[in-house]
Amino acid sequence: MQRRNFLVAAGAAFLTGCTEIGKTDWFGKIAQGAQNWHRGLHRALGGGRIPMAPEYDRSAISSYFRGNGNLTVDSDAYREALAAGFPDWRLTVSGLVDTPLSLSLEDIRALPQRTQVTRHDCVEGWSAIGEWTGPQLAQILDMAGVQEGARFAVFRCADFTMRGPADNRRRVDYYESCDMDDAMHPQTIVAHMLNGEALPERNGAPLRMRLERQLGYKQPKYLTGIELVASLDGINGGQGGYWEDVAGYQWYAGI
Amino acid sequence: MSDALVMEPTGGDQVTTAKPKKRHALSTRLWHWANAASIIILFMSGLNISNAHRRLYWGNDGFAPEDAWLEVPRFPGWATIPDHYNLAAARDWHIVFALVFAFGLLAFMIASLINGHMKRDIFARAKEWSPANIWTDIREHLKLNFEHGEGKYNILQKIAYAGVILILIPLMIVTGMVMSPGMEAAWPWMTDLFGGRQSARSLHFIAAWLLCGFLVLHLVLVLLAGPIHQIRDMIFGGKE
Repeated sequence: MQRRNFLVAAGAAFLTGCTEIGKTDWFGKIAQGAQNWHRGLHRALGGGRIPMAPEYDRSAISSYFRGNGNLTVDSDAYREALAAGFPDWRLTVSGLVDTPLSLSLEDIRALPQRTQVTRHDCVEGWSAIGEWTGPQLAQILDMAGVQEGARFAVFRCADFTMRGPADNRRRVDYYESCDMDDAMHPQTIVAHMLNGEALPERNGAPLRMRLERQLGYKQPKYLTGIELVASLDGINGGQGGYWEDVAGYQWYAGI
Repeated sequence: MSDALVMEPTGGDQVTTAKPKKRHALSTRLWHWANAASIIILFMSGLNISNAHRRLYWGNDGFAPEDAWLEVPRFPGWATIPDHYNLAAARDWHIVFALVFAFGLLAFMIASLINGHMKRDIFARAKEWSPANIWTDIREHLKLNFEHGEGKYNILQKIAYAGVILILIPLMIVTGMVMSPGMEAAWPWMTDLFGGRQSARSLHFIAAWLLCGFLVLHLVLVLLAGPIHQIRDMIFGGKE
C-alpha cells in the first residue's frame, strides 16, 4: 500500500512539474528553439528544390469543406458587403514596398490565376481537401516591389473575436504572418474561389490566404491587407498571429 | 609500454582488452533513459493533442463522424501533459521531445552498429527461431525464470527489443513526420507510403498504444526480475 501511495505521489509530482515547467520562460525558449530546428530540417530536407505541398486530383476533393474558428465577420458592414457581392472590398499592400497597392476583387481576378487542389490540415487533427483559385502572392508583391529589409508578410483580416471578462470585453482582430520564403512560395495564393465557386462565407469570403505548407490557423480568412515588415515585434501581441498571441500557438505551423 | 597492459595480442589479428566489459554500454544507457523520458512525455502530451479531435480516419482527409473508423475516449487530466486541456502547450512538449526521440534513436542505432550491440545482442540467430526454442522460452517466462538461454537476451526479449527499436519507434517517428505539412512538402513520398495523412495519424495513434503496451510489459518484467539490480545496471552499466 505504501509503495502504491509512493507511485501515485511520484506520478502527480511529475505531472505538476511538467505543467509548471511548461509555463516557464526557459521552457518557452527551448520550445522556440525546437520549432526553429523543425523548420530548418523541413527546409534542408527539401534537398535544394522548392518543397511543394502535395496536390491532388479533383476527384479527391472533400464533399464538404468545414469552416472552423470565425465563421463570419460579425458586423453590419460585412453582412451588407456579403449580400452585395463585395463591390467595395479592398486588399491593401503596404509596408516595405515601393508602391503601396489597393486592389479590388476585380483587380485580383484579372491577374494570372493559380488553381490547386490541396489538403487543409487543422492543428486539431482533421484534414479536408479543396480546390483553391487565386493569384500567387509573389506576383502581387512583385507588382508592389519588395524593399530590402522586408522579412515577414503580415496578413490583416476583417474578422475578430471578443475576448476578456464580461466587464472588460475587448475586440481582438485576427491576423497572421509568415516569412518571405513562404510569402514568395509558388503555392502561396490569395484565394477568392473554393471548388470553382466564390469563397463561401464560412471559409473566408471574399479572400483568404493559402499557405499550403502550414496548418490551418496560418491561412487567414476575410483578408483585407498584406503588410511587409522587418520585425513582428510591436505588431499586436508581438507573436506574429492571433492564436500565437492569445494562446501560445507555434508561429511556425509546418509541424 | 603501457599499451601492452591494456591490449595483448593473442595471435593473428585478434586483440582483447583487459578492461572488464560492462553489461550495458554507455551509449545504450544514455539512450535508454533519454528514450524513456521522451516516450512518457510524448505519450502524455500526445493524449492531450488527441483530445483536440478524437476521431480517427483512413486516407488523406476526414473530419465528419461518418468518415471516422474510431472515436477515441477523452483522456483525463491525470494522463496528459500539461494536466489540463491545452493544445498549444501540449504541442510544445511534443515538438521538443520529438527531436530528442528521433535523434536519440538515430544516435543509438549508429552506436549499436559500431559497437556490435545490434548484431551481437538484438538480432536473433537462425537456430533461435526454431519453434522448440521459442516454446521453451515461453515456458521459462511463465515459470518466471529469466536467467536462461546462452546470449545476453533470450528469443522473446530479442523479438520485443528488435520490434520496438526497428519497427515501432521508427513507425512513430515517420508517421509523426508525415503529419507535419512542412516535412511532407520536403518528402511527399512518405505520405503515400502510409496511404495518406489521416492514415498516418491513425497508425501514429495505434503505434503509440503498442509502445505503451511494451512499456507496461517491460516494467512488469523488470519488477519480476529484480528491479534494484536491473535499474542499477542500466544506470551504472553493471558487469557482463
